[in-house]
Amino acid sequence: MTTNALSQKKKSNTVLIQPSKGWVGLRLRDLWEYRELVYFLTWRDIKVRYKQSVLGIMWAVINPFMTMVVYTIFFGTLAKIPSDGVPYPIFSYTALLPWILFSSALSVASRSMVSSGNMISKIYFPRMIVPLASVMSSVVDFFIAFIILIGMMLFYNITPTIAMLWLPLLILLALISALGVGFWFSALMVRYRDVGYLMPFVTELWKFITPVVYPASMIPEKWRLLYALNPMTGVVEGFRYALLGTSQSLSLPMMLVSSGIAILVLVSGLFYFRRMEKQFADMI
Amino acid sequence: MGNLAIRVDDIGKQYNIFKENQYMTLREKIVEVVKSPVKTLLNPTGSEKFWALRHVSFQLDHGQVLGVIGKNGAGKSTLLKILSRVVEPSEGMAEIHGRVGSLLEVGTGFHPELTGRENIFLNGAVLGMKRTEIERKFDEIVAFSEIEKFIDTPVKRYSSGMYMRLAFAVSAHLEPEILVVDEVLAVGDAEFQRKCLGKMSDVASEGRTVIFVSHNMSAIQRLTHECIILDKGSMVMRAPTAKAVDYYLTNDLSSSGERIYTTEEIPSSAHPFKPVAVRVKNKAGCTTDSLLSVEPLTIEVEYELETDITGLRVGIYLMTSQGDYIFTSFDTDDPEKFQSHGVRKAGRYISQCTIPPDTFNEGRFMVGINASSYRIKRYFADERAINFNINPISAPGMHWVEIRHGPIRPRLDWRIEEIH
Repeated sequence: MTTNALSQKKKSNTVLIQPSKGWVGLRLRDLWEYRELVYFLTWRDIKVRYKQSVLGIMWAVINPFMTMVVYTIFFGTLAKIPSDGVPYPIFSYTALLPWILFSSALSVASRSMVSSGNMISKIYFPRMIVPLASVMSSVVDFFIAFIILIGMMLFYNITPTIAMLWLPLLILLALISALGVGFWFSALMVRYRDVGYLMPFVTELWKFITPVVYPASMIPEKWRLLYALNPMTGVVEGFRYALLGTSQSLSLPMMLVSSGIAILVLVSGLFYFRRMEKQFADMI
Repeated sequence: MGNLAIRVDDIGKQYNIFKENQYMTLREKIVEVVKSPVKTLLNPTGSEKFWALRHVSFQLDHGQVLGVIGKNGAGKSTLLKILSRVVEPSEGMAEIHGRVGSLLEVGTGFHPELTGRENIFLNGAVLGMKRTEIERKFDEIVAFSEIEKFIDTPVKRYSSGMYMRLAFAVSAHLEPEILVVDEVLAVGDAEFQRKCLGKMSDVASEGRTVIFVSHNMSAIQRLTHECIILDKGSMVMRAPTAKAVDYYLTNDLSSSGERIYTTEEIPSSAHPFKPVAVRVKNKAGCTTDSLLSVEPLTIEVEYELETDITGLRVGIYLMTSQGDYIFTSFDTDDPEKFQSHGVRKAGRYISQCTIPPDTFNEGRFMVGINASSYRIKRYFADERAINFNINPISAPGMHWVEIRHGPIRPRLDWRIEEIH
C-alpha cells in the first residue's frame, strides 16, 4: 500500500519539459505553490531597503511630506490651483499617497527582473514572483506614510465618512495598475535596457496626466471618461472621495473605466510576461 | 522495475552568439538604425545561432547516481539548466518524476546586507524549501556551517570561507527526490571540499537520484556509478564510471593542455627570446590537461631565438592551484649540460622534461615558465603559463575515500615489522 501511495505521489509530481511556442498558459497555480517565496522576497526587499540608512523607515514619510510642502508652496499658494474646497496640503497629500505607492511599486517592479538576474539564471521558480514581490514591498511605505495623513485629518478637522470603506479596493486598484505595467516593463527591460532610462521620464509625465497636483474637476466634463483611461485617475480621485468626501467630478463610469483598464493591463502584462519568460535566463 | 526518475528524449538547445562590431562608432550605429530600423529591432546585436546541446537522450531510474563529464563548453551546464527548468530546450522533451532540487550554484539569492540567519531562510525558500522545513533543519544547518557565533552578523562581513560554508550548508540540507548538482565542489578550501564531498556521498548512498557534473574525475569516481560523456553538445557515450573516465582521459576530450603565445603577449623586453608554446603531454605523448598521477608526464617549452644567447636557461616552476611553489627546474641544471649548451644559436628549440610517475596528488597544478641568463638578464617569465589536472586513479591509498592533504603523493616503500 505504501509503495502504491508513493508512486501515486510521484505521478502527481511529474514535470514535462519541452519547448513552448508563442502564447502560453499563466500557470497561476504554480504561483500559489511558491507563495512562501513571494513572502520571503518581499520581506527581503523591505529589510534591505532601510538597513543602511540613518533615518531608516522615516524616509517613507519624508518623501511624500516634503513633496506635499513643495507642491503646497508652488501649486497651491503661488499658482493658486483649485483644490475642490479643501486645504491644499491635505488635498495634495491624499493624492500623493496612492501616487507614490504606484510610482515606487512600478519602478522597483520594472527593474526587478534585471536586478535578480543571477537568481533567475540559476534557480527555477515562477518568474512572476519577482515583480510581484517587489510591488508588495512598496506597500509598507504606504502604510507608514498613511499615519501622517491621519494626523493631518485631525489637524484640519476632517471626519472620515463611511466612504472610507472603499480604501482597500482603491489600494488594490493602485497595486494592480503598478503590477500590470510592471509586468510589461520588467519583461521589456530584460531585452531592452533602454526601458530603464525611459522609466523616470514615463513616471514624471504620468504624474501630470493624473490629478495629483490639480483636481480632476479642472478637466472639461466631456473629456472625463477619456481622462479616466488612466487607471491612476480613478485611484487618486477615489482616494479624495473616500477620505475627504470632496471629489466633485468622480463618477461611477469613470471608476469603471479606470478599473477595467487596470485589469486589462494586468492580464495582458501577465500573458506578455509569460511569453517572454522562456528567454529570460538566456538573455539576462 | 518501472521506476523511472528522468527520461530525456532528443533534447537540444540553441543559443544566439552575439557578435559585436567593436569598431562601429556611435554615429555609424545611429546611421545603421536609421537605414534599416526593422532589421536592427528584430536582431539588435547581429547574432548567429549555434547548438549548445543536441540529440541528447537518456533515462535514469530512481536511486541512481549519474555523472556528466565533458570539457568546458561541452553542454554539461546547459543540460543541467534544462533539467532544472532554468532554461527551456529548443527541441525534444524531458520527463521528470519527482521533486527536483538543483544546485547550479551555492548561495543563490544570498543578500550581503542580511544576517546569516536571515539568509538561511531566504536561500532555503529560493531553493524550494518550506518555511517549516527550514525551521526544523535550522540548527543542523548552522552546526554544519560552523558559524554559530556569527549567525546574526550580516554576511557581507563574513570571510569568503564562512560565506561558502553557510551557503553549502543550506544547499546540503535540501531533500528533493532528484538532486541536480553542478560543480559546487570546485570552491572553497581543501577542508571544506572534503566536507562537501562527504555530504554528497551521504546523499548518494541514501538512495537519492543524483545527476552530478564535475571536472574533478576523482569526485566523479567517488560519487557516481555511471557517467555520460558530452562533447561539443552531443552525447558521446554512456558507460560505467571507470570506463567513461578512462575514455574521457585517453581520448583527448579533456581540455587542450597547450598554451600558445601570440605576438601581442610577448613583451619587447623578451627579445631575442620568443616563446612559442608550452605543452603538457601524457605518457602516450598526447597533449592534454588531464593526467594520471601514476603515469609520467612531460612538460615542454617551445621557443625561438632571434639571435644567439650565451648562458641561457629555460625552466619551469610548478605550483599548486593556490600558487604555492612545489619545485623549480631548469634545462641546464646539470653542470655538464650547462657546459655543452654555453651558447645557444639562433633558431627554434624545444626544452622538454619528464616528471616521474607518483609525484603529484590529485588536483590542479600550475606551470610557470622562465627564460634567463643567470645574473645577466631575465628574458621572459610567465608565472601562470598553463595548468593541468591530476587524477589519482590507482594512486597509493585510493581504496580509502578521503582527500589526502598536500600537493604530492609519492609511492613510498613502507615496511611493517612486528617488534619483540
